[in-house]
Amino acid sequence: MDTFIQFAYVVSGALFIFGLKQLGSPATARRGNMISSLGMLLAVISALLDQGIVDYQWIVIGVLVGAVIGGAAARLVQMTAMPEMVALFNGFGGMASLLVGWAALNPDAATFTLVTIILSILIGGVTFTGSMIAYGKLSERITSGAVLFNGQQIVNSVIVLGIFGGAVMFCLEPANHLWLYLVIALSLVFGVMAVIPIGGADMPVVISLLNSYSGLAACAAGFAVNNNILIVAGALVGASGIILTQIMCKAMNRSLSNVLFSGFGSGKTETTTVEGEIKPITVEDAYYVLEAASSVAIIPGYGMAVAQAQHVVKELSVLLENNGAEVNFGIHPVAGRMPGHMNVLLAEADVPYDQLLEMDEINPRMETVDVAIVIGANDVVNPAARENEGSPIYGMPVINVDQARTVFVLKRSMASGFAGIENPLFYKDNTRMLFGDAKESIGGLVREFG
Amino acid sequence: MVAAEVFLTFILVLSIFLGFELINKVPATLHTPLMSGANAISGITLVGAISLAGTGNQDLSNWLGAGAVALATINVVGGYLVTDRMLAMFKKKEG
Repeated sequence: MDTFIQFAYVVSGALFIFGLKQLGSPATARRGNMISSLGMLLAVISALLDQGIVDYQWIVIGVLVGAVIGGAAARLVQMTAMPEMVALFNGFGGMASLLVGWAALNPDAATFTLVTIILSILIGGVTFTGSMIAYGKLSERITSGAVLFNGQQIVNSVIVLGIFGGAVMFCLEPANHLWLYLVIALSLVFGVMAVIPIGGADMPVVISLLNSYSGLAACAAGFAVNNNILIVAGALVGASGIILTQIMCKAMNRSLSNVLFSGFGSGKTETTTVEGEIKPITVEDAYYVLEAASSVAIIPGYGMAVAQAQHVVKELSVLLENNGAEVNFGIHPVAGRMPGHMNVLLAEADVPYDQLLEMDEINPRMETVDVAIVIGANDVVNPAARENEGSPIYGMPVINVDQARTVFVLKRSMASGFAGIENPLFYKDNTRMLFGDAKESIGGLVREFG
Repeated sequence: MVAAEVFLTFILVLSIFLGFELINKVPATLHTPLMSGANAISGITLVGAISLAGTGNQDLSNWLGAGAVALATINVVGGYLVTDRMLAMFKKKEG
């Protein structure tokens, strides 16, 4: 029976790999997810056949409770709230790994097992509280800005030393549970400390990194309970999370350590002043410009998600197309609060994915664009990243909307964006500011067309 | 006979390389579903939790296992469903 279970794990590992592969292309992605879930089902059923299991009562209760909560959350969540949902699920996975590591502890465990137990507790704990803080920041239950205080580095160093010391002592004296509790507590604290100094705009990096950690935690738990499928699946997730993290860092032209330790936008002062003046425009005037345009590019940012404007944006794009214009969307890799955030929102509004262009595709076309409409994006269209060496975001690849003939910037007010960086785009000769709630402004344009 | 630790580490290293190869060329459009789909897979801890929750002993280990089963199931069920919901929305332009 045990051999049968092991072979079933091999099959489910293969299904995970095949599923992930299919997830890589839009046409097959849904099937890929289905295949991966079949792999999970197979692994779970096989685990239930284990002859070491004598009492199913608590397993059944646990699965029922989890399935009801997870299922309901997945059904009810709004698409705009997807980043915090992913963070929350991720945190639960991390906590589960912590508990598995803890439960795997037994008096006659070998040193190798003890090391993997403490690793799964450590990574699982950091993943759990880190994800909870990320959840709080993304859902704006706590401030989404970077939280920094004097001596933060010192406090963090002490925590890391404490974890390391506790972990070593745990492996030497596993019978003394004091060390175990110390590591659990410090891991949980460290997860909080690691994520609070990271601001909202850097969340795509943090989410991908935490995603990677949850995989690594499962992996460590796999070593602790001696289970192949946990190691394989955990490693796959760990690797995929790291790749996404790299892509996000590259999109911001920053190193991972810079994102994690610098507290973006803090203490850096702008040295240059921006020349020019702000030129507001009314909805009516904007309509006349758009009506004459034959090529329009729409660049959405987090503001579109906040205003829930994706459906009116789609309406406007259809009206523009019916009016004879070519409409494209330019998506910056770190627009929004998680990797691919804008793509999900626009997909929800029925915008076909082949109309969504990545930064490298839209930039060469920008000079032929009549009107670029920036909706709630700021840093990702900031020309200072190209022109101003003193700017904190200098060197970050941006969408060059300022090269379009006319730029409309939809913005609530002139308050500076998350990073607190002045945006010279707003002062350019070809820029017009359309102030107000993005959803209402675009709704106004739609009515003008109607 | 090679020690079990070596065997497990071997699997780990190969899986990491495989993971890098698999994910490397995913288009930006699919980053969110990929992340939440991978996230669901990380709920595989459930498999480890099941055997710990079914020992029949009324001890700490069993309770921890039961808690892990519940949390990991949230991750698995929620992760897969939410990914499917997102992917169902991705459409190609007609015609």
